[in-house]
Amino acid sequence: MSSIELLTNKEYKYGFVTDIESDMIPRGLSEDTIRLISAKKNEPEFMLEFRLKAYRNWLKMEEPQHWPNITYPKVDYQDIIYYSAPKQKATKASMDEVDPELIKTFEKLGIPLTEQKMLAGVAVDAVFDSVSVATTYKAKLKQHGVIFCSFSEAVLEYPELIKKYLGTVVPTNDNYFAALNSAVFTDGSFVFIPKGVHCPMELSTYFRINNSESGQFERTLIIAEEGAHVSYLEGCTAPKFDKNQLHAAVVELVALDDAEIKYSTVQNWYAGDEEGKGGIYNFVTKRGACRGRNSKISWTQVETGSAITWKYPSCILQGDNSIGEFYSVALTNHAQQADTGTKMIHIGKNTRSNIVSKGISAGKSNNSYRGLVKVLAGAEGARNYTQCDSLLIGDKCGANTFPYIEVSNNTAKVEHEATTSRISEEQLFYLRQRGISQEDAVSLIINGFCKDVFRELPMEFAVEAQRLLGMKLEGSVG
Amino acid sequence: MLEIRDLHARVEGKDILRGVSLTVKRGEVHAIMGPNGSGKSTLAKVLAGHPSYEVTSGEVLFDGKNLLELEPDERAREGVFLAFQYPVEIPGVSNAQFLRLAYNEKRKHLGEEELDPLEFKDLLKERAQIVEMDAGLMSRSVNEGFSGGEKKRNEILQMAVLEPKLAVLDETDSGLDIDALRIVSEGVNKLRHADNAIVLVTHYQRLLNYIVPDYVHVLYKGRIVRSGGKELALALEEKGYDWIKDEAEESQPSAASA
Repeated sequence: MSSIELLTNKEYKYGFVTDIESDMIPRGLSEDTIRLISAKKNEPEFMLEFRLKAYRNWLKMEEPQHWPNITYPKVDYQDIIYYSAPKQKATKASMDEVDPELIKTFEKLGIPLTEQKMLAGVAVDAVFDSVSVATTYKAKLKQHGVIFCSFSEAVLEYPELIKKYLGTVVPTNDNYFAALNSAVFTDGSFVFIPKGVHCPMELSTYFRINNSESGQFERTLIIAEEGAHVSYLEGCTAPKFDKNQLHAAVVELVALDDAEIKYSTVQNWYAGDEEGKGGIYNFVTKRGACRGRNSKISWTQVETGSAITWKYPSCILQGDNSIGEFYSVALTNHAQQADTGTKMIHIGKNTRSNIVSKGISAGKSNNSYRGLVKVLAGAEGARNYTQCDSLLIGDKCGANTFPYIEVSNNTAKVEHEATTSRISEEQLFYLRQRGISQEDAVSLIINGFCKDVFRELPMEFAVEAQRLLGMKLEGSVG
Repeated sequence: MLEIRDLHARVEGKDILRGVSLTVKRGEVHAIMGPNGSGKSTLAKVLAGHPSYEVTSGEVLFDGKNLLELEPDERAREGVFLAFQYPVEIPGVSNAQFLRLAYNEKRKHLGEEELDPLEFKDLLKERAQIVEMDAGLMSRSVNEGFSGGEKKRNEILQMAVLEPKLAVLDETDSGLDIDALRIVSEGVNKLRHADNAIVLVTHYQRLLNYIVPDYVHVLYKGRIVRSGGKELALALEEKGYDWIKDEAEESQPSAASA
C-alpha cells in the first residue's frame, strides 16, 4: 500500500547561535523603554515623538488575533527584550573594525562582508538582532548619489528625508504590529535613489536574529525619486530556539513619477520543530506607495520559514498609470501557519495590478491567501488580475483563499482565478519511472508550480529559492 | 534479461496477478494480450515498481538482479522503461527540462558526464525525428495540453532518449488514430535492436501488424494461459478471447471459482 505521508524536514542549517557579548536593556515595554532606545541611538527629538505617538496608539489597539486564520498563545509584550546589540565600536571606519565573530556569522550564512570577499554586484546591509553591523559598497553607491545605509545612520545623517517620508505609507496607527514597530524599532535599512538614477547594483539586507529573548523590530524605507530604478532583496534567518521570538517589521516604499522599485524577499526564519515548538512569529507590514504617474512597485516573496507568517505586502496605486505587482510563494510544513497575501488599492486612472500567489502546504500546516483588491471611484480604467493556486502535499494540511474585491468604478476590470491541486502519486511515479529520485521529483513538481513567481526573482535568488523549497520539503512526500 | 517467476501481486487488497512466469531475452519482442481486467497493465506497473501494487510472492530478475528490491527510479536507471497508458501532466516543467534531468540521471548512473542544455538540445532534436515530434512541444509543459497522440509520441520520444534495455509499452496503441499509430510503431521499430527487449501490452492485434512480435502471450485472470508466435495474435483477432477463456476455465477450475 502506498500513500503520501509526511516525514521529517531536513535539518535547518541556519540554526546556530553566535556567542557574542550583547548590550541589552531590561525586558519589558514602557515609555521609559522607548526613551532609552531613542537615547541609545542619539536620535533627534522628532524621532522620539514619532515613537511615543506610536506607542500611545498601540496601547489603545487590539492584537489582530481573530480575523487571520492563525492561532497562537497571547504574546507577553513585557517579556521581550526590545534592544539587544552586539558590543562593538559605535562607528566603524572600515569593515576591519567589525567584530570578527559577526563577520564569521554572516559568512556562515553565505553573506561575506569583508572587502576581499564581498558579493560582486550586490551591496549588503547586515542586521544582527537590533542593529545594522555593516553595509557594503556604501562609498561606491554614493558616487551615483544612491544612499544605502542603516536606518539609524539615516536618522542622524539625513533627518530631512526621514522626516519627509517615514510613516507616510504605513502610519503609526495603521495596525497593531506596525504601531508596535513604530514605537520600538531599532534599526533596518534606508535606501534613497535620486531622480533619474538607475541603481548600479542590487541592494540587499540580511536580517539575523541571534538573541533568544529579544524580538527584531526593523524598519526599512526605500525612496525612488522621479525616473529612479532599484531592485532590493532581503533574506532572513534565525537560530533554533524552543521559545518563540517576535519579528514585527515595517517596510515602506515610495515611488515617484516613472520610478520603479522591485522588492524581493526570501524568508527563511526558523519555523519551529515538527510539533510547532519554537520558531519566529513573523508579523510584518509592508506597503508601497506608487505616488507618481507611471510608477511601478513589484513585490516578490518566497516565504518558507517562521512558525507564523502574517504579512500582506501591498501597493497604493495613486499615480495615474501606476502598476502594482505581487508574486508570492508561501510554503508551510509541519505545524507552520501562514496568513499572507496582498492589498492593491487603485486610486489613480488606468492603474494596473497583477497578483500571482502560489501556496504550498505540507505536514499539518495551514496556509491561507488573503487579498484585497479595491478600486476607488476615481480609478477609471483600473485593471486587476489575480491568480491564486494552492498545492497540497498529504492530507493533514489546509489551504484557504480569502479574496476581497471592492469596486467603486464601473470601468474597472477585475479578474480572479483560483485552483487547488495535490501532488499526485501518479506524477511522482511517472517522474521516478524516468530515473528521477523521489526528492528531485517533488522538487521538480514544486518548482514547476512556482515557475511564474520564480521567474520574477533576480537570478541568484531564484536558484536559492528553488534549492530552499527542495530542502524544506525534503522527505515530506513518501 | 528478464525473468519473471510465479509472480503474484495485488492492488487495494485484490489479487490481480496469480502466478505469472515469463522469460524475455535480449533482442526479443513479446506481446502480452488478454481481455480487459486480465492483469496486463498490472504486470506492466509491477515491473516498473508502482507503489500502489503489492507483490505478494514470486520473483523478478533483471540481468540477474532482484528487480523487486529496487525503487522505481533505481529500476529506471538500470534500464527498465514503462511507456504509460495514461501519461500524466506536470505543469510548469518543460518537456526539455524534464527529459534532460532524466537523461542526466541515467548518465550519472553510468558514470558518464552530464549534458548541458545546449548539448542536450541537439540530442533531443535528433531523437525527436524518430517520432516526428514537433520542436514546439519540447518547450511546453510535460504533456500539458498535448493531444492523445502527442502524449503517446512523447512516451516513445522518452524511450528514444533514455535508450532502455527493457521497454514495457502499456497500451501504447490505445486512443491513436491510424496515422499516429503508424508513426508511433515506426518509432518503436527504429528503436528495436539486438541489445534491447520490448514487452508490448495490448488488447488489440492491430498494433502487432506494425510491431511484429517474436512471441505472443495471453494473460487471463492473472496467469499466462497460452503462449505462441505472432500467429496466436491473428487467431485471437479472428476468434476473440472467448475460446481462450473457455479453455482456461476448463483446465483451471480454481481460477474460475476464485
